[in-house]
Amino acid sequence: MANLSSEFIGIKSPNPFWLASAPPTDKKYNVERAFEAGWGGVVWKTLGSEGPPVVNVNGPRYGAIWGADRRLLGLNNIELITDRPLEVNLREIKEVKRKWKDRALVISLMVPCDEDSWKDILARIEDTEADGVELNFGCPHGMAERGMGSAVGQVPEYIEMVTRWVKKHSRMPCIVKLTPNITDIRRPAEAAKRGGADAVSLINTINSITSVNLDSFSPEPSIDGKGTHGGYCGPAVKPIALNMVAEIARNPETHGLPISGIGGVTTWRDAAEFMALGAGNVQVCTAAMTYGFKIVQEMISGLSQYLDDKQIALSDLVGRAVPNVTDWQYLNLNYVTKARIDQDVCIKCGRCYAACEDTSHQAILMKPGRVFEVNDAECVACNLCVNVCPVDNCITMVELPKGAVDPRTGVKVGDYANWTTHPNNPSVKAAE
Amino acid sequence: MSNSPFTPGIVAGRLPDAAYARNFADHEPPLDAHEARVAADRCYFCHDAPCITACPTAIDIPLFIRQIATGTPEAAATTIWSQNILGGMCARVCPTETLCEEACVREAAEGKPVEIGRLQRYATDVAMAKGLHPFTRAPRTGKRVAVVGAGPAGLACAHRLAMHGHDVVVVERRPKAGGLNEYGIASYKTTGGFAQKEVEWLLSIGGIEIRCGVELGRDVTLAQLEAEYDAVFLGIGLAGVNALRTPGEDKAGVRDAVDFIAELRQTADLSTLPIGRDVVVIGGGMTAVDAAVQSKLLGAENVTIVYRRGQEKMSASAYEQEHATSAGVRIICNAMPVAIHGNGAVREVEFAYTRETPEGLKPTGETFRLKADQVFKAIGQTLAGAPEGLAVEGGKLKGHQGKVWAGGDCAAGGEDLTVTAVAEGRDAAEAIHAALTAG
Repeated sequence: MANLSSEFIGIKSPNPFWLASAPPTDKKYNVERAFEAGWGGVVWKTLGSEGPPVVNVNGPRYGAIWGADRRLLGLNNIELITDRPLEVNLREIKEVKRKWKDRALVISLMVPCDEDSWKDILARIEDTEADGVELNFGCPHGMAERGMGSAVGQVPEYIEMVTRWVKKHSRMPCIVKLTPNITDIRRPAEAAKRGGADAVSLINTINSITSVNLDSFSPEPSIDGKGTHGGYCGPAVKPIALNMVAEIARNPETHGLPISGIGGVTTWRDAAEFMALGAGNVQVCTAAMTYGFKIVQEMISGLSQYLDDKQIALSDLVGRAVPNVTDWQYLNLNYVTKARIDQDVCIKCGRCYAACEDTSHQAILMKPGRVFEVNDAECVACNLCVNVCPVDNCITMVELPKGAVDPRTGVKVGDYANWTTHPNNPSVKAAE
Repeated sequence: MSNSPFTPGIVAGRLPDAAYARNFADHEPPLDAHEARVAADRCYFCHDAPCITACPTAIDIPLFIRQIATGTPEAAATTIWSQNILGGMCARVCPTETLCEEACVREAAEGKPVEIGRLQRYATDVAMAKGLHPFTRAPRTGKRVAVVGAGPAGLACAHRLAMHGHDVVVVERRPKAGGLNEYGIASYKTTGGFAQKEVEWLLSIGGIEIRCGVELGRDVTLAQLEAEYDAVFLGIGLAGVNALRTPGEDKAGVRDAVDFIAELRQTADLSTLPIGRDVVVIGGGMTAVDAAVQSKLLGAENVTIVYRRGQEKMSASAYEQEHATSAGVRIICNAMPVAIHGNGAVREVEFAYTRETPEGLKPTGETFRLKADQVFKAIGQTLAGAPEGLAVEGGKLKGHQGKVWAGGDCAAGGEDLTVTAVAEGRDAAEAIHAALTAG
């Protein structure tokens, strides 16, 4: 078994799987159940200022979309930060941390955008012996209307300012949680770094309406016939999150800034992918809310097996894919592949044919007996057939060797060459 | 209950009353909404789907399953009925394991096809329960068509003709419409009087008059129909039954399986229906299986199907054979009856083992006897009562001659299945419509 011990900005945990700040980490009871199940750490659900706590809606607070067999693919929520009194949360955090010393316990915070509010809350949590703080600049619903959450996260100057206050008034490691509801994720990450953040975590949830009730014409989740945009998460958001993590990891301004990866992590594979793109650890929420805390056991066994198979340490995995993330203009235009259909495993559903014939390049031939074959002279290697095929590895992309003639273009496969030097590129011509 | 499975002879009430309801309940209960959604999710929506090709009525199966998956079983039913107006019955009785579900790519992928038949039943049941009949008649053409036989072929033909605006009169020799849907088919495949409900639903399009108790050749002649109507459709089925031509065939207790099945279907209280203790069914098709399984369900102690050729030649599907054996029916292959013994009533059937030779089936010389107080003959039906002068090929009527069209089991071409009969009736209606509106 590979050693999964993790150290993230000085915070140790037995594995890199943390529960994200969310309903599963709202109170001692849940957090202890999570630790019993094996989670390496938690980010306690966001605390607000002292005083009367926020109130939540009393109707449904989650909406969802589903795939086949009602498998939950995306979840959204309109829940606010913790609605329990600050003192109760602080007492429980202290109790839990004392009992579970080997686990990471980070406190998520969201208070109004003034220095005194932050100074005050930081002083209040000092006594809990928690390992660090995470600044919630991400929640896109409810709190944002009150000038907090993503309202801060969408303005890099605010991020920098608040982060600076936090570092000034606290010795705790500080993670800045970013909202994806912005144009360019690199700007808030740079601001966090300038403010002195020890790490960023991302993504928080995405503004969304999951569905509309076609009888009442209310967005879901519906509160007395009305709905509001909620934060979207779960497997559906993973591709968006992976890209944002990679953007920060490969940005020279933020390269090396520790990242806690969040967004649709459901299995060990998802976690490994986030880490390969530069995340030092991952935070999970929707998967736990869908299947319960036990899923961490699969994550632990899966990641261990993977690291053993690859004979690499956990630290070797982090950032391993980052050098391979590049801009389109640097992609090798002389890399030529063709789809190949394995007739032995083909079940003859014809989905590749329908997709290619109707919507792509008419590069799949349907022959008598429902035999589907690729016509290399038309195949642009778009990969759509691979993506719609229901059988794993039935259709694969095979690379043409250097020197081979591409039957589509009649051109020999040459050496690496990209757009920056391509004759069709007007910028190249302009430079001449 | 004074009788039991061990009571000798052909007697009624071998089982406790509750057992009949249990034994003859829906053998494949309907899917509920959740089950249907789960089952529908498995469909891959194949291009030019092989299941459509395998369906004699060419129902757009991927489309109707997608309509179920998206919460519109009513639209799914419309898709089904557009091709197969008896889609509800076909969902129950089709040997899907040799048709659509055999062709399903998930059968190739995992050995578990999409449950097309059950999904079809779900859609049609939901829509029928809502009283939906998504077809209306075109303006009346003034043309009149006679349909002989109110079985699946005749009903499908009549409905399509009525839809095109023609007026249809259906003559049926039996007291009820439905044909084999009403008088054939194992009872547990079509429970709750579904055959009659479906006929009533089909007739709700209007323009179709059914006259029961009218037999072609006895009460009306083809010449009369041709004179009175613009076209005639014959869907008269196969009214004849092949004889065993075995000594002793005339003994008491020896009976045609189709008559037994029809009687069972028309018996309200099955505890009153007599059945033998030792039942022997001769034949290898669906009729043999239906007779054998239902004999067992009525409380017969021993039920044996004996088929003269090898098991692979049985026309009952592997699924049907398994259904029979799991019900406790024994299947003996490669044996043909050579004598029926007994003093007045059958007591034993003597069989000779057979082998296939280039010259045909030959007895091996070895024989055996099965104890029997009841014997059902299920070795095939034949065309009977067809009007003189019509061309017959391979023992069946030609599809179209003059003003007369034929379809279903009585007509040449296709397997003798309900679904094939529906397809032929529908297509004949289209041909008749084209002929009547040409020029």
